[in-house]
Amino acid sequence: MSEAIKRSRPDGALGPASRGGGPRRTVVTGIGVVAPGGSSRKEFWTLLTDGRTATRRLSFFDPAPFRSQIAAECDFDPLASGLTRQEIARNDRFVQFALAAAIEAVADSGLDLGFAAGEGVVSGEREPGDGPVVGVSMGSAVGATSRLENEYVVVSDSGKLWEVDPRYASSFLYHALVPSCLATEIACRFGAHGPSFVVSTGCTSGIDAVGYGHQLIVDGEADIVIAGASDAPLSPISIACFDAIRATSARNDDAEHASRPFDASRDGFVMGEGSAVLILEELESARARGAHIYCEVGGYASRSNAFHMTGLRPDGVEMAESIRIALDQARLDPTAVDYVNAHGSGTKQNDRHETAAFKRSLGAHAYQVPVSSIKSMVGHSLGAIGSIELAACALAIENNVVPPTANWTTRDPECDLDYVPNIARDHQVDVALSVGSGFGGFQSAIVLAAAETP
Amino acid sequence: MTVLDTAAGPTATAAGEVDGGRAGARVRPVITGLGVITPSGIGVEEHWTSTLRGELRVAPITRFDAGRYDIHLAGEIPGFVAEDFVDHRYIVQTDRWTWLGMAASRLAMADAAYDPAERDPFETSVVFGAGSGGNDFGQRELSRLWTRGRTAVSVYQSIAWFYAATTGQTSIRHGLKGPSGVLVSDGAGGLDSLAQARRTIRRGTPTVLAGGAECGLTPYALTCHLSSGRVSTAADPTAGYKPFDTRANGYLPGEGGATLLVEDPTSAARRGARVYGEIAGYAATHDGTHHEEAPGDARWLATAMRRALADAGLRPADVDVVFADGAGSPDLDALEAQAIREVFGAGAVPVTAPQGLIGRLCAGGSAVAAATALLSIRDGVIPAVGNLDDPDPAHGLDLVRVPREGRVRVALVNARGHGGFNSSLVLRSVDTD
Repeated sequence: MSEAIKRSRPDGALGPASRGGGPRRTVVTGIGVVAPGGSSRKEFWTLLTDGRTATRRLSFFDPAPFRSQIAAECDFDPLASGLTRQEIARNDRFVQFALAAAIEAVADSGLDLGFAAGEGVVSGEREPGDGPVVGVSMGSAVGATSRLENEYVVVSDSGKLWEVDPRYASSFLYHALVPSCLATEIACRFGAHGPSFVVSTGCTSGIDAVGYGHQLIVDGEADIVIAGASDAPLSPISIACFDAIRATSARNDDAEHASRPFDASRDGFVMGEGSAVLILEELESARARGAHIYCEVGGYASRSNAFHMTGLRPDGVEMAESIRIALDQARLDPTAVDYVNAHGSGTKQNDRHETAAFKRSLGAHAYQVPVSSIKSMVGHSLGAIGSIELAACALAIENNVVPPTANWTTRDPECDLDYVPNIARDHQVDVALSVGSGFGGFQSAIVLAAAETP
Repeated sequence: MTVLDTAAGPTATAAGEVDGGRAGARVRPVITGLGVITPSGIGVEEHWTSTLRGELRVAPITRFDAGRYDIHLAGEIPGFVAEDFVDHRYIVQTDRWTWLGMAASRLAMADAAYDPAERDPFETSVVFGAGSGGNDFGQRELSRLWTRGRTAVSVYQSIAWFYAATTGQTSIRHGLKGPSGVLVSDGAGGLDSLAQARRTIRRGTPTVLAGGAECGLTPYALTCHLSSGRVSTAADPTAGYKPFDTRANGYLPGEGGATLLVEDPTSAARRGARVYGEIAGYAATHDGTHHEEAPGDARWLATAMRRALADAGLRPADVDVVFADGAGSPDLDALEAQAIREVFGAGAVPVTAPQGLIGRLCAGGSAVAAATALLSIRDGVIPAVGNLDDPDPAHGLDLVRVPREGRVRVALVNARGHGGFNSSLVLRSVDTD
């Protein structure tokens, strides 16, 4: 463990003292993942370390009319993942993913949250004041888009009626209208009676949801937070949206290699879907129950570029500012960063913007540290990906392996860092930095660090 | 109303975020600007005057032909002209929901005499509660896709429909680079945004635009509302949304919202800002039950109120008024009444819910309730429950029937979101006399 990590990180200064008298700190004690190429943490990590890609020709509907016909789809079986038939009937795919990821994460954490796995039993038994306060902070960029579109097509008779016919609306449609249903379902499934909400900051939702969860623990508003994000945007309207602004890849004849972050031939992102959930827990409580600790949330910051809803200036100033503050919170020098998980969406301007931000915030160390984008393998699942990438960072710390950037073949003179091309690398990872950039101008950064040995 | 002196309380500093915010740990942010746009009026004074007069503003839906729906009434904003508040380029890129949010934000900054252009851009944040996104824009583009094909879809659909549109555009319009966010917890979102504003200020960003807006008065969004089974089917406005009335029969949706300019108290004092009140306490809980069911009991809403009071360091007896969630369904009203009785005692605190006049505005509604509570504190008058004819005696509440004058030092605001969300916010006067 590097010297930098051993330095104290008084991150919990805002809230009440922890039971040891120090500030409250947040650790990750459980991880669950539903991603393209694998509906579990283990399958996900195997895909990444094999450097395989899960992008393919879109199969959910005929993509022929669209400019971009590629996606990173999940082969997902909600029943096999432990959802009840009513949970499946009530919910859009994005909530189903999150329930599956949360079931895996909670089981992984070893916490007894008073639920019966697979039975969907709502815990109404816990009394206010009993036990830890359990919160829910879940991100999503586009919520129940797929369900809203599918139902719309019916009630509008394929788009013809402005005054749509309510007789054809299904039950639970309000559940789809407001994406807070994501937090509701998680809270109900696990009997979480603490503060609960959905964070919807476009493509930084997954980072911000974990960051806000961390703030709840530091400030003493919650002791445990089920945090993460989910999106299932693969429906015609989503593809059409991004076609219209030419943000997605049109490399339709080579779907497996279409997501090419930092490569000179990149031509846009490949839309994906999925979810990751992290169990965040106050450090000393986690230690007291002997929990396995993956890592600590060292710092989180977000800034806005106030420039353009979709465009990015090449200088990366605001992302660099977020990185700088997140590292300061973690009491770490830029040189302590062992791995950078890039946003790396594979659009021309993003990868250039981000490379500049790394140089601006990390200085010469930007050229030394491995930087990779797992979007090359699992695509860009909008709001979900930030949490999926944090899961990857936690697993990189756990395993001391850095996942690669797949499909990297040709150097772009403006993207001149070490992007870990194509092959995973054995590498000591005590500190991982993950960043995201979202429509609306959001620029967020989180630092995860190996937990100190008590 | 008072201007704070610079000695007021601990302050968050730019260094606060670096040390995890220790310096700012107990800062109580103040509200220095209100921008309100509701069916009761455009701007704080119109809204407040109409609210105090008890003018019922839910009315037959005019936005489209609602003849085929089991909903006939809604709270529409009369006379809102987007061009009065929003630049043309933003109007074409965004939904009416975003116009309302951007307009409210402009009003809030004007009310606070706050010009972000005079500041470091990183010193101002935007944190809004969002509800259902850009419904009108979204439905129009879905229609285009399905009738004319993908090339007919607007280049702005990806940035107009999603829930971050209003936050992002407000940040861009005013050059605001501080930590910004979007919280979705249905009707509780407006209060949750104020809580996130407090977390943000305690971490060193001195100013946050918070609150929220909503506009779901399009055929498809209303169809979604109808599926909740909690919408009033009344045709007569006086029979519609009636919180705490014996004839309560569901809610009516409305459009609008509020932006509150929230500041670090020292920063506000330094610029001589007028202060409406401070965020003294907040807490949120979740019932752990689904949309379709009312929660089995009132424990978790009561817990939110108790925790918010504890956070403020206040006792129930210190509270001068409760601005209730007032869901307008008999079962949900009964549960809120029970929770209020558990915390305060039967009839022990004046309870109001003026939103009976305008309908439920999702995340925008709780932002409006917070703004209205601050006006109560400012003017020492509690507005009446909206559209209340026959208070249900079973509730055991002191429901405010006509505006009640008297000193209001502390107001507690409740908001619930469909799906089990409970948030409580304690607002307090900063006057010390």
